[in-house]
Amino acid sequence: MSTASTTPLAEGTADGPVPVKTGPSGPRARSARAYLLYVAGKLGGAAVSLFAVLVTSFFLFRIIPGDPVRTMTHGRQVSAEQLASLRRQFGLDLPLWQQFTDYCGKALSGDLGTSYQFHAPVGELISEKLPATLLLTGVAVVIYSVLGLWLGTRSAWRHGGLGDKVNTGVALTLWSVPSFWLGLLLIITFSVGIGPIPGMFPTGGMESGDASGFAYVTDVAHHMVLPVVTLVAVGYAQTLLVMRSSLLDEMGSDYLTTARAKGLRDDLVRRNHAVPNALLPTVTMVFINLGHVAAGSILVETVFSWPGLGGLFYQALSVPDLPLVQGLFVVFAGAMILMNLLADLLYPLLDPRVGR
Amino acid sequence: MDTTTVPRNARPHPHIRTLLAVGATALAIAAAAATPLNPAPQQAKAAGSDGKRTLTVAVSQSVDSLSPFLAQRLVSTSVHRLVYENLTNYDVKDNHAIPGLATKWEPSPDKLTWTYTIRENSKWSDGKQATAEDAAWTFNTMMSDEGAATANGSFVANFKKVTAPSPTKLVIELKKPQATMAALDVPIVPKHAWEKVGDFSKFNNDKKFPIVGNGPFVLTDYKVDQYVKLKPNKQFWRGAPKFDELVLKYYKDGDAAVAALQKGEVSFAANLTPAQAASLSKAKNIKVNDAPGRRFYALATNPGAKSKDGKKFGNGHPALLDPKVRQALFAATDRKTIIDKVFQGHAVEGEGYIPPRFAAYHWKPADGQKIAYDPAKAAALLDEAGYKKNSAGKRVGKNGKPLDFRILCHATDPNDKAIGKYMQEWWGELGIGLKVDCLDNVSDPWLAGEYDLAFDGWSVNPDPDFVLSIHTCAALPATPKDTGATDNFICDKKFDELYAQQTAEYDETKRADLVKQMQSRLYDTGYMNVMAYPNAVEAYRTDQIKSITTMPASGGNLWGQDGYWSWWSAVPADADGSSEDSGSSTGLVVGIGAAVVLAAGLGVFVALRRRSTAEDRE
Repeated sequence: MSTASTTPLAEGTADGPVPVKTGPSGPRARSARAYLLYVAGKLGGAAVSLFAVLVTSFFLFRIIPGDPVRTMTHGRQVSAEQLASLRRQFGLDLPLWQQFTDYCGKALSGDLGTSYQFHAPVGELISEKLPATLLLTGVAVVIYSVLGLWLGTRSAWRHGGLGDKVNTGVALTLWSVPSFWLGLLLIITFSVGIGPIPGMFPTGGMESGDASGFAYVTDVAHHMVLPVVTLVAVGYAQTLLVMRSSLLDEMGSDYLTTARAKGLRDDLVRRNHAVPNALLPTVTMVFINLGHVAAGSILVETVFSWPGLGGLFYQALSVPDLPLVQGLFVVFAGAMILMNLLADLLYPLLDPRVGR
Repeated sequence: MDTTTVPRNARPHPHIRTLLAVGATALAIAAAAATPLNPAPQQAKAAGSDGKRTLTVAVSQSVDSLSPFLAQRLVSTSVHRLVYENLTNYDVKDNHAIPGLATKWEPSPDKLTWTYTIRENSKWSDGKQATAEDAAWTFNTMMSDEGAATANGSFVANFKKVTAPSPTKLVIELKKPQATMAALDVPIVPKHAWEKVGDFSKFNNDKKFPIVGNGPFVLTDYKVDQYVKLKPNKQFWRGAPKFDELVLKYYKDGDAAVAALQKGEVSFAANLTPAQAASLSKAKNIKVNDAPGRRFYALATNPGAKSKDGKKFGNGHPALLDPKVRQALFAATDRKTIIDKVFQGHAVEGEGYIPPRFAAYHWKPADGQKIAYDPAKAAALLDEAGYKKNSAGKRVGKNGKPLDFRILCHATDPNDKAIGKYMQEWWGELGIGLKVDCLDNVSDPWLAGEYDLAFDGWSVNPDPDFVLSIHTCAALPATPKDTGATDNFICDKKFDELYAQQTAEYDETKRADLVKQMQSRLYDTGYMNVMAYPNAVEAYRTDQIKSITTMPASGGNLWGQDGYWSWWSAVPADADGSSEDSGSSTGLVVGIGAAVVLAAGLGVFVALRRRSTAEDRE
């Protein structure tokens, strides 16, 4: 699998705009061809990775011990005939190789099978819950990336100062806090209310169920506040630390001294000269985080009863509901592959040396 | 280096600004949303601002299906109890069968034909009459379609033929006598709404609302893992429920559900831990209901796993085949400590197999029969069985091997782990080693017979047939590779004889006596020993619910009843002062929220201004 993190990253030096000859045999055409080749290579790699995921997901989850039919009917009044019928219904009575060929054939046509426990197509179950997860973790990742970038930049620029110490100290403390514990504290403080703090947010869920139109949007936003705050609080430290350290690496560079010597204001030197060069490691991390968005956060989704994929994955594993586990595995891995691909495709644009 | 080269890499800069702007906007929106501009929907009050009285119940289990042919989980079957009528219902006082959709039922003299009289005053929520034809169609569909038999197929396994000679007469012919004919927990569905269904194994009944039913409630809306909404069925023959709406709302985390109850967002929460119950018992306007449960919690031993064809499999400890060893282990288990320390008082000490809640079938061992906690007796029994202590204090068999057992424990159940620790200590003093194997999925070693002991537990129905059937020889797997309906491979001829007798016994008193004899036999053989009956611990808001019927009516529970009594009977509390309290603070919070939004907006504006002028200067 190709990963963004293995791609060479830009260093302090930067290339200037190269005077180019126009024409079909000129450097621009060559570089376009090189880029196309690079893109084709990355696309091919992604396709191979996706196929590997399909195969792995089938066999990996067959290793999980347990008889799914017996487990899902445990505690219920079922006869041996019913168990046999359920097995037939889900194709579990077939030999493994036949189950595998059936699975591959169906997966290629977009059919991920039928969930054992919900009796519904896996694709439908996932698409029902995907938007909620994308919304929650997507917003959180965007906010904590921006916040981390901003605070990381500030911290590095005035490193060693009180602001830097407080900033990194708070971030590291929050990073070490378990998300479910912080979530529960927020619920007790801001949902139920303590002392003079009134309970102003819902204790869980994604909507109240009786709003529509704009009221629905504000209702969902209202429900999102605490889970987003939890995810941001425990997540922004990572971006902050990466941004801080890569900017610190840049700080002694000659080109910054030159920029200052030109008489540019300090914050312009930081924003226009230092930050762009220090950005690449952070971009890699942001994309990896975006890849995780689909998987959501099982703990935060559980504490805030958010109807997303995290909870679905937990339920699928506890049965084990093989088609659902496999489907979710493919979606999660697919999202990572896609995000890595996007990062790979973006690199040559951020750093022209990549892909040549 | 030429500084003119820098701007090329500085291109992402405008993006950062955009990202910052987006982030700032998101934060501002979050801050704006933080102000409870519209707090009413968050408060599941007994009487909302529109006068609508909503009863909100916190649930955690996902609905597996809204089709009664497929649904197996408690939350789904509880919903079906409210939406569809079964032929019979259970009396709220003592669980005996009472009329449901059927007003009368009687067997033929040969015990093979049952005739039910269907009531004339039950209508489907779309206005059509509910008839015997609907019931016959429901049963026939389950008998002829494998998919439709998924959830309740075992109820019709012994049916030969089901007919509806008239709209009020249903006739069920059996292959052999069956004592559970007044306890058929099968929701009857409207034929006219269901006969168009193509594949019953995939139809989940969750796309079109309201769902046509004839129970006390009509299912009006459902969103996966968010809520199930029900409205009263005004035409319900027993009378419509008093609340204007019943909402099952999802809380995946128990502590969050308790927080919601404290806040008043929900009216009821079940499955409380001892700590949650203790904290809620001090809260204002909340009543904790600590009711006798319908579950038993037992210590099961592997009696030597074997299949119906007589083949032995698994690796259960041979010492456990000796009744004296089994008896010693149980005599060395202090049930009182388990109740006091592990369940913290929210359980009753176990004896017979059927919990005391089902009084008609509950059995207690006689004085001489009872295995009390007695470590000295346990030691004597082990000595008699030939497992004497060696110099190191370990019990050793005649073959010189120390007596070491494994016990299967559910990793998700804290009680299993805690009790396992106590047992290690008690049995350790006797000289027995115990390894507690806590697994996420215990089914695999269990089905393979690869265990010595296991923590076992079942929820018992008002009719005990099923929990007894899982210990019959007929429930064993056909071959070691198959899976039977057996719980832990018990196969005892005497138990089987009694089981066959009770199945065919239509006299309730005589049947109850047979059921008690079966429990006595199970107790004496000692393959399975009940340690406790855990209570159902739940809580509700008294400022939202004025009164509600428990089952059993005196001191019973509310969630997961055999019937629709709790939510059907709930009466809303008239007083509602909670919104008054939050009025002043709401104003304060709105003010603070507005100030935060204003400050955030101002900050973003100033920052952008500074940036643009800085760029101009550059």
